[in-house]
Amino acid sequence: MGKVYQSADEALEGVLFDGMLIASGGFGLCGIPENLIAGIKKAGTKNLTIASNNAGIDGFGLGLLLEDRQVDKMISSYVGENDLFMQQYLAGDLEIEFNPQGTLAERMRAGGAGIPGFYTKTGVGTAVAEGKEHKEFDGKTYILEHGIKADIAIVKAWKGDTQGNLVFRKTAQNFNPMAAMCGKITIAEVEELVEPHELDGDTIDTPSVFVQRIFKGDHEKRIEQRTTRAA
Amino acid sequence: MAWDRNQMAERAAQELEDGFYVNLGIGIPTLVANYIPEGVDVTLQSENGMLGMGPFPTEDAVDPDLINAGKQTITELDRTSYFSSADSFAMIRGGHINLSILGAMEVAENGDLANWMIPGKLVKGMGGAMDLVAGVQRVVVVMDHANKKGESKLLKACTLPLTGAGVVDRVITGLGVFDVVDGGLKVVELAPDVTLDDVKAVTEANLVS
Repeated sequence: MGKVYQSADEALEGVLFDGMLIASGGFGLCGIPENLIAGIKKAGTKNLTIASNNAGIDGFGLGLLLEDRQVDKMISSYVGENDLFMQQYLAGDLEIEFNPQGTLAERMRAGGAGIPGFYTKTGVGTAVAEGKEHKEFDGKTYILEHGIKADIAIVKAWKGDTQGNLVFRKTAQNFNPMAAMCGKITIAEVEELVEPHELDGDTIDTPSVFVQRIFKGDHEKRIEQRTTRAA
Repeated sequence: MAWDRNQMAERAAQELEDGFYVNLGIGIPTLVANYIPEGVDVTLQSENGMLGMGPFPTEDAVDPDLINAGKQTITELDRTSYFSSADSFAMIRGGHINLSILGAMEVAENGDLANWMIPGKLVKGMGGAMDLVAGVQRVVVVMDHANKKGESKLLKACTLPLTGAGVVDRVITGLGVFDVVDGGLKVVELAPDVTLDDVKAVTEANLVS
């Protein structure tokens, strides 16, 4: 019962369907599953809802899925870097559900952890709280947020082994562990695919049980805001 | 003379205490890192999953896997740790971060803060701002006192959709420093040569001396 696939196309075989909910890791363009996004574009799956902190940029990352109008709805905290996104949004072709960033991360974690809902202070007294259950704990008001369970999750890791254990690198970790948890089927693309004994069990970020399919991808790792100082 | 952007950042840096864990927002708050007082050791948190943020990299040290919450390339320090977004916001929402310094479009005299959307204009999202103002121990806002038309941004009540209700502790503008207290904004400090009358002339919020 192997988890190893040879490519994004192969790893996506049989799991995509129109109208599905996909959770994606990544923050901006950092740590995004570029190969799987390109694979979903190629597959042409439509009417997608995507839970991802951001929506990529024009021509890269999740922005690719907007080009053929594959996305109906985004669940995101910040989408300001994508002109095509804004055009489709303003034209009413694309729905957006803004989630505070921490709420989005926790919704994915909770969904994957068998926690259907949780209470948080974040958003109390704002538009985010409208229509949500309010509850007091120790004199403070909290709102109910629901866990997210995705039909598939797509994540990117630095290293992975053939069992599906994942190790992330620096800030490319971000939403990837939570996305991995909340997918009914989680597909991981990695820069280096190694044998199980090659990863130290003490350093594994996402244990193999959360990952059903894994493959080695090719990563451009585009930089969104190259900011430097003089040497 | 009102403080300029850098002087506002320099004044905001006086809010830092030794040993603090601090999250700095985008804009003037980012400049605060340039004015950390001597002898004060602070650890900067970046909500995309990093504690112990270093300066921007030199050209040869740019790493696409190492960015800040503004998606800019950044460097690590000896003390740096990396973690997931859930852990990052556990720090923020769990009250473990000592101080958040962020910008605002409007602040009301009851501590309400608006900084994420203008109805009818393009909405990009709140990012981590709602989590930060709800969860961090102390919230300091650095902002212009008035808009380009000279209208106060310190208001009796916010007109824009809120980022958080009753969340602001202190506001630093070009004209001075103001604390949110019962009954309004208390004048803590004025910029050099700025008088209370100067402040009153451009402040809608109730001022308490």
